[in-house]
Amino acid sequence: MAYSNKVLDHYNHPRNVGSLDKNDPNVGTGMVGAPECGDVMKLQVKVNPSTGVIEEAKFKTFGCGSAIASSSLATEWLHGKTVDEALQIKNTDIVSELSLPPVKIHCSVLAEDAIKAAISDYKKKASATSNAAVASK
Amino acid sequence: MKLPIYMDNHATTPTDPRVFEAMRPYFTEMFGNAASRNHSFGWQAEEAVEKARKQIAELIGATAKEIVFTSGATESNNLAIKGVAEMYAEKGNHIITAATEHKAVLDTCKHLEKQGIRVTYLPVQQNGLVDLDMLREAITDKTILVTIMYANNEIGVIQPVAEIGKIAKERGVLFHTDGVQAVGKIPVNVLKDNIDIMSITAHKFYGPKGVGALYVRRKSPRVQLAAQMDGGGHERGMRSGTLNVPGIAGLGEAAAIALREMPEESRRLAYLRDKLRSKLESELDEVYINGTMESRLPHNLNISFAYVEGESLLMGINDIAVSSGSACTSATLEPSYVLKALGAGDDLAHSSIRFGLGRFNTEEEVDYVAAKVIDVVKKLRELSPLYEMAKEGIDLTKVAWTAH
Repeated sequence: MAYSNKVLDHYNHPRNVGSLDKNDPNVGTGMVGAPECGDVMKLQVKVNPSTGVIEEAKFKTFGCGSAIASSSLATEWLHGKTVDEALQIKNTDIVSELSLPPVKIHCSVLAEDAIKAAISDYKKKASATSNAAVASK
Repeated sequence: MKLPIYMDNHATTPTDPRVFEAMRPYFTEMFGNAASRNHSFGWQAEEAVEKARKQIAELIGATAKEIVFTSGATESNNLAIKGVAEMYAEKGNHIITAATEHKAVLDTCKHLEKQGIRVTYLPVQQNGLVDLDMLREAITDKTILVTIMYANNEIGVIQPVAEIGKIAKERGVLFHTDGVQAVGKIPVNVLKDNIDIMSITAHKFYGPKGVGALYVRRKSPRVQLAAQMDGGGHERGMRSGTLNVPGIAGLGEAAAIALREMPEESRRLAYLRDKLRSKLESELDEVYINGTMESRLPHNLNISFAYVEGESLLMGINDIAVSSGSACTSATLEPSYVLKALGAGDDLAHSSIRFGLGRFNTEEEVDYVAAKVIDVVKKLRELSPLYEMAKEGIDLTKVAWTAH
């Protein structure tokens, strides 16, 4: 199969590879997929609690080149977006940016799921912290 | 050293230039139809065909009359299995095969199931080999055929063919083997191996594509096959159709070369394969060989690099032609059914690479391939959340994954 230049670029130079401290209250972690399905994405965001802006996004992906490229691209797009803006990212945006063929659409779906999972984890933590703050008053 | 490097010799092999030279005259000068009995054009073609028939027979310990030329192994497998099912329908309606067979065998069996034939698909053991006791138990008085491959196209394991043939013979059941990966690579002898019918294709042993053969035993027992194509009654009535004379000449020459060079070539390839394996194993942790090394083709290495997905690995070694059992590289988006049949888990199937060395690979190429694979696996493991988790001591089998 021929890969688009953008997929090749992300594969050869993946952006924002790495891990953030998953115990940090400002870090949201999303892990989607399963090893037996052939792809697992871990995507993490670090949010500035006062502005709600994503200051850092990191990923690690087990999967094909398109899965790696989709998650790498997602971290690039997340950077500087607010949590609510991040939720607007759609898998179809990833498909068109990377020119993914139909058989690789599930990679983009997985990336969107990873974004949603990371943000939902962050929101859960944030509300737990604010509840805790309320409770301690 | 020239790039890209071809190391996918289970898929196909390049035609040996000596084979190509043997074929060349039969395209334009000696173009006759081997079935033309009354002029020299036909005689020349027939002579070429009969020479090739002897050459392939000699390679497998058969007699020339037992060779039926076909278009390749898919046709040979279809003719063997359907031909037996139809010819021996009065004797029984049960066929035994194995889960790791090639699709040309499995799908032929599935086709027959729709017509009322009962098929037993034997599982294989974790080493990739069939369990002979299970085979014995599976045979009934309705069994007409056991069809089990000689050597597997993915994991290279060599089945205990002689024992399988013996068991079949004792029970009066015919034994067909798909010999595609074995013939021309390791010693195959239809008498010693108790084979009644065997499929062969030229392009797996440095012959041309589009030509194959079926060995059909003529003595003890005399095997009869119902033809699957109607026509001029060529090949003792078993396979009609004008013979592919240049292809057959190539098949014969490829067989003659294989017979001469096999001892030396298989030693050399086993050395290169073992070198590749030891390099990979010394530089990388958590690599797993799929299938037994004890009974295996000398040129095959099928290996899983845990926590790395096969297609992404192929992408990183794009100047090396190999293949993967990963779902992403298959048309069906399913991981290799052969690797799944070993029971090792789908995740290892997704992480597998098949190296198929061949006559034209050099030691320099093997060194290059080993270094490149090691480099890319290390890079992809840096990227792999699974490798990170495994290093943290997390048991990946206990994680609640969100399967999709």
